[in-house]
Amino acid sequence: MATTITMPQLGETVTEGTVERWLKQPGDAVEKYEAFVEVSTDKVNSEVPSPVTGTIKELLVQEGTTVPTGTPIAVIEDVTAAGGSAPASSTAPPATADAMAESANAEPVPGFNIPQTSPKPASSNGHAAPSVGTPAEALRGVSPAVRRLAREHSVDIRSVTGTGTNGRVTAQDVVTAASMGPAAAVAQSIAVGTNFGAAAPPPVAAPRTGQTSYGNPVPGTTIPLTTSRRIIAERMVESKHNAPHAWSMVEVDVSNVWKWRAREKDRFEAETGYKLTLLPFFIRAVVESIASYPLMNAKFVPEGIYVNKDVNIGIAIGLATNLVVPVIKNADKLSIKGLAIAAGDLIDRARKNKLSADDVRDGTFTVNNNGANGSWASAPIINAGQAGIVTMETVVKKPVVVADDAIAIRHMMNSCLSLDHRVVDGYVASGFLADLKKRLEAMGPTGTL
Amino acid sequence: MAVMNNVEAVRATLYDAMKADDRTLILGEDVGARGNVFLISKDFINEFGPDRVIDTPIAEASIVGIAVGMAMEGLRPIAEIQFADFIYPAFNQIVGEAAKTRYRSNGEYTCPLVIRTPYGGGVRGALSHSVSIEALFYHVPGLKIVAPSFPADVKGLLNAAIDDPDPVLFLEHKKTYRLIKGEVPEGHYTIPLGKADVKKAGTQLTVVSYGLYVHWALDAANQLESEGHSVEVIDLRSIRPMDKTTILESVRKTRKLLIIHEDNKFGGIGAEISAMVAEEALFDLDAPIRRLCAPDVPAMGYAEPLEHEYMSSPALMADAMREMVKF
Repeated sequence: MATTITMPQLGETVTEGTVERWLKQPGDAVEKYEAFVEVSTDKVNSEVPSPVTGTIKELLVQEGTTVPTGTPIAVIEDVTAAGGSAPASSTAPPATADAMAESANAEPVPGFNIPQTSPKPASSNGHAAPSVGTPAEALRGVSPAVRRLAREHSVDIRSVTGTGTNGRVTAQDVVTAASMGPAAAVAQSIAVGTNFGAAAPPPVAAPRTGQTSYGNPVPGTTIPLTTSRRIIAERMVESKHNAPHAWSMVEVDVSNVWKWRAREKDRFEAETGYKLTLLPFFIRAVVESIASYPLMNAKFVPEGIYVNKDVNIGIAIGLATNLVVPVIKNADKLSIKGLAIAAGDLIDRARKNKLSADDVRDGTFTVNNNGANGSWASAPIINAGQAGIVTMETVVKKPVVVADDAIAIRHMMNSCLSLDHRVVDGYVASGFLADLKKRLEAMGPTGTL
Repeated sequence: MAVMNNVEAVRATLYDAMKADDRTLILGEDVGARGNVFLISKDFINEFGPDRVIDTPIAEASIVGIAVGMAMEGLRPIAEIQFADFIYPAFNQIVGEAAKTRYRSNGEYTCPLVIRTPYGGGVRGALSHSVSIEALFYHVPGLKIVAPSFPADVKGLLNAAIDDPDPVLFLEHKKTYRLIKGEVPEGHYTIPLGKADVKKAGTQLTVVSYGLYVHWALDAANQLESEGHSVEVIDLRSIRPMDKTTILESVRKTRKLLIIHEDNKFGGIGAEISAMVAEEALFDLDAPIRRLCAPDVPAMGYAEPLEHEYMSSPALMADAMREMVKF
């Protein structure tokens, strides 16, 4: 039986994909789950695993060609139906092959990237499809509630031991795993899996075991790269390799901004539903400083230094398994209130894995709120294609020398800048930082948000 | 509070309504001299007279058609179809006239009409004394359908139906008539139309039912409880309007839904509830929605094995609940 492979939908908003590279040619044998094509979209690059074991019969799309999702791209002759000698290990019965084809084409579960070399892509990304497979297979499906809860609690379904019929992961299993935290979830799976008994308390520091993943790193194993981890790795290397990084730091007295924020934050949250953090004040100062120092909003291109027209500020947001940098477009046109709402919305959606491709595109400069966990100084890597990245470090109360050599207790914050030395020199960069410091210190303690 | 069965609850409520409002009248086959085949209106004709307790010919289209006219002109008719199986001749008067009166007259006329009828099987009633007719009328906007199964609900909902300015189809499950007894509050009270009732709270599975099967579902849920499982049982009471809020609240809590009804599965009440839950709460569901309904055969047979085959049972319901709880 020939299985037709279609362009997968790699993301909720993605409508087309590009065949980057065929990893197999017609006549080549391909194992079930083996990657046979590399596909890219404006959001991700991904290798696509074969749903069946067989032989590549036909490649329908040339490398470099972009086609709508769902378009047939290749035909694989299933080895069992072709009458060839089936590998002893695994042969896919037709029903399963269909299920796999459907699964491979299915939209990936948001929050779970398609593993490049997952041993079980079907059960990790598959869903109950009563029309395919046997009833027992359908029972193993991941229910909508399980998907939603796993996404909300950042639980990797594959790491949860199911207590439902035929080992199905139930919604309650996900809730239990989430409430126990990653390590405890593993402990729970050990307890269930080896019948230690539900009454036995989970070991406090149970050895990590089971399926290794970013959320459950098992010592002595290699975690297969998810697409987003691979892209992060590539971009970081690209930036560090291409852009000569230089670094500088200023200490900013944010006491007045702090007071301003404290005065407004409850009313603001009641009014808008978003928390008022220091971030929008900081971004406002950054875009004002960029207006004075447009070279900080430029990028190095082969023809020269391109000075961006728009000021689009990326906000670096760390998530459990990856890093996203959604962008506030035309941030210089927004008030502090507008920035707070825009940032709040992006952060909310980033945590819910609801960012669209548009949200993460076209950044021209990046702000990294690094202080939330107490960092006092950091040397960030520039987002490739930008001139710099500036951080907000932790705000601490410190005794500082103020006017007339008096000592006062002030709210102090370090702000660190990494710059692409091809675009700007220390002269511009330190001018930018000094300007930023001046603007932040001039903000508050009252004003209009 | 007095303990009544469902026949007594209907009778007491009708009696009070006749006493309270001169505009109220009862019409139907054998409602007068015979006092209704279940003796619901026994002796009413002596007290309220033949002008308010009207024996009609065996002509259902006329019963409802006349009642529609009475209702439009200000009376409060309570029409009775002796058995729901015989309601079909009145289909046009119910669907084409009563349900559309308010709309057709742009609100100038309403049709405050109650059509009572016993329905349902399990009484060896065979082809023409066993049917469930609710799905046939379920599709019709402008018509309310009520099917209570507890005596206290019968009284509160029948009062609400009589007070309602629009037509209400009031279904009484005939097997519950004398089987089900319960306390009924004194005095006049109403239960809002379109409000379901959680008869048993639970956490692992939502069961939605109505009519006789609510009682069987409660038996099954109690059986499950003795096995250590927690099942919530919702009595719809009103089939239309559908109480989406109560159903969704429960499903969001339990994440699983089992709908049980005596009527056929295809195109039944359960289909609409399933679709509603799938539309509103898909991402709360941890199992496929399941419907336990009658098989797709034309009618309930007279022979006992055929009737058993058609009807569900507390044991079958418990089996379905067990599978879903463990799923």
